Amino acid sequence: MRPLDRLRKRYDADAQVVVQDEDSPPRMIFSGEEVLLEELPLGTRVVFPNPPIQELANVKAAVRWALNHAEGTDPLHAMLRPGMKLLVAIDDISLPLPPMRTPDIRQVVLEIVLELCADSGVDDVHLLIANALHRRMTEAEMKRMVGERIFAAYHPDRYTNHDAEEPDGIVELGRTDAGERVRISRRATEADLVVYLNVNFVPMDGGHKSVGTGLTDYLGLRAHHTPHAIRGSRSYMEPRHSALHSSVDRIGRVIDREVDVFHIETALNNRMFDGPMAFLGKREEDFGELDRAALAGLRWTLGKMPRELRRKVFHSVPAAYGVIAVAAGKTEPTHEKILETVRRQSFVKVRGQSDVLICGIPYISPYNVNSILNPLLVQVMADGYFFNMNRGIPLVKKGGTMIVCHPCADEFDPVQHPSYIEFFHRLLPETRDAMVLHEKYEEEFARNPSYVHLYRKGNAYHGAHPFYMWYWGENGRQHLGQVIAVGTENTHVPELLGWDRADTLAEAIDMARGRQGRTASITLMHHPPMVMTEVVVGAEEEQKLLGRGAPAPTAPA
Amino acid sequence: MHERVQPGDRGAFFDVDGTLISTNVVHAYAYYVFNRGTFFGTAGRLLKGLAMAPVYAAADAWNRKVFNEVFYQAYRGLSEDRLVELADDLCKEVLEPAVYPGARDLIDEARRAGCRIVLCTGAIDITMKPLARLLGADDLIANSLQFVEGFATGKVIPPIVEGAHKARRIRDYCVEHGLKLDVSHAYSDSMSDYPMLSVVGRPCAVNADSGLRRTARAYEWPMVDLR
Repeated sequence: MRPLDRLRKRYDADAQVVVQDEDSPPRMIFSGEEVLLEELPLGTRVVFPNPPIQELANVKAAVRWALNHAEGTDPLHAMLRPGMKLLVAIDDISLPLPPMRTPDIRQVVLEIVLELCADSGVDDVHLLIANALHRRMTEAEMKRMVGERIFAAYHPDRYTNHDAEEPDGIVELGRTDAGERVRISRRATEADLVVYLNVNFVPMDGGHKSVGTGLTDYLGLRAHHTPHAIRGSRSYMEPRHSALHSSVDRIGRVIDREVDVFHIETALNNRMFDGPMAFLGKREEDFGELDRAALAGLRWTLGKMPRELRRKVFHSVPAAYGVIAVAAGKTEPTHEKILETVRRQSFVKVRGQSDVLICGIPYISPYNVNSILNPLLVQVMADGYFFNMNRGIPLVKKGGTMIVCHPCADEFDPVQHPSYIEFFHRLLPETRDAMVLHEKYEEEFARNPSYVHLYRKGNAYHGAHPFYMWYWGENGRQHLGQVIAVGTENTHVPELLGWDRADTLAEAIDMARGRQGRTASITLMHHPPMVMTEVVVGAEEEQKLLGRGAPAPTAPA
Repeated sequence: MHERVQPGDRGAFFDVDGTLISTNVVHAYAYYVFNRGTFFGTAGRLLKGLAMAPVYAAADAWNRKVFNEVFYQAYRGLSEDRLVELADDLCKEVLEPAVYPGARDLIDEARRAGCRIVLCTGAIDITMKPLARLLGADDLIANSLQFVEGFATGKVIPPIVEGAHKARRIRDYCVEHGLKLDVSHAYSDSMSDYPMLSVVGRPCAVNADSGLRRTARAYEWPMVDLR
């Protein structure tokens, strides 16, 4: 192992992009519930996340200030009237990842909002989790999210999950100019005021997406959760290049015309690890002896544990995220204010694209909190999320190679992901074509009464959800020339996903060089914590890669 | 094969005992016994039933078809009009309270998915008709007792609806009503209904016993709990 003083002298605290040289240390790369330690070829760019932005010193004061200085509308207290009907919609457990240490920011904001309601004589308050077609949160998760006091006061009658399949539970408000159906929860349309409480983690969250997506149903989502919309979205993190966002915005504007919505948006920093796990958030150059020992100990311990236990251990460690911004008011100005901070935390400038991109796939995604990262979710993390973690231009070149580290176990959770199992084992062997899957099978899965029942009464993702996971990876599949999964414990999972496989990262890099050439540029995205890139290229090249910025139109719903 | 939902092209076939309701054929028979009308009639059938209990248990463990054949002999001598007369009360007093909380939701969801709702049970049709009405089923596939001069002979008109015959009856029903088996659904709690579950394209284990749970896991069928 290289001596510490030799590593320290290479360390530049300001640069988030480090080029691997002969003194650089091996890099930690997540592979499911394991942490690999890998030597990378000289010249490999390593993109680190920005350091966590300093959290607000007094979050409660910041929330009160935001409520009293609303963007584009009256302060919240001025909108509350005795006897009114109030709906507070809340982002679900898919954010942040992993769940943050208690008190969750949603609890902090809710305590203030509910106190304000009580002071204003507003008693008819319902708390609704905006889970759309995500699984219902369990009682324990609901309690953890809002705290014991609110849970006791509101659950089970006035604190519920959104039910997108409830008969007569959805109201169609109309259609957008582009013909998209605008459908949201009846609770929202019947309320005098909807307060939406959001946690913003990446730039594609929040804004019009909150109500229009979180409180809608399958028919509402058919406007934009399609392979057509995904293909028309050149960058999910840059709304002006996203057909998905354009559609969501059109729907949101109709909602804002019909329903009084007051948004409260919050942004978190990226302090994912602290305490004994803090070393996982450090650069390897920054390691001390204790960090090295902790990493070796963690790797040894994980190596001795069965996978299920490893998963339990990781899922039981909440993140130490801090609140870095709060804004409230009308949808668009509130969202724009929060986006500024989120972008500052998330984006790292990187000069030029890369032929080969390496990503470790960690144990968690927005869709497997307290569950298994099944093969379809591994796919969505690779082709869907990590490929798309950019503003504008993708980090990897067209036809490039993406190397992902994950064991790709053929393992599914029948409680949370029953429809994923059928999708993966019955549909993918027939076709990987998102258009065919969308046309031929999506509605059948969405209407399957068993899946509908498991969504409504159990804790299962909706029958249509595995399709969205597959569409989400559509741009990655269209753009990438090759995906290589490293360390897979079987051959059939990567084969079904259309990926190559390799036993080691070195072997995968050799395979990638075989395709991209011996001088292929290589970049490692060093996460978690999550990092997003802003690829800097010449104006002419940007024009060539992105076009003029207008997203391609979506297919009619 | 194109799987877009076409209204009326699929069925949802529900086993009843243990799947939609917590009671079984024995509860129904017991109700008839306790409502024989005479003290000696009730006592005689009760004693006989108790004496036969180990036989029924052994037959059920051995083979559901044998159990049905042995068990329905207990109906011998009961009058048809008496059974019909008591069926509504039996439904109201015994079956309706035993309907699992999620059963009606699941049936409603199947109906909204465009399925024709069919109860498919080894119980006798006289007993099941009021329950089928209560649950809003479109049809009922059930066993029928043989009656001679208005009295049950203790035999069931063959083939007995159980095991492989349930699957055959479902297949025949789909042909008769123009339904597609490969997009139809079947719901059961018991491994004895494996043929019924495997004959359709969309099987689902409901309140599954351990055997069915293992099978459902192996074949990756959805599992629902209505209790």
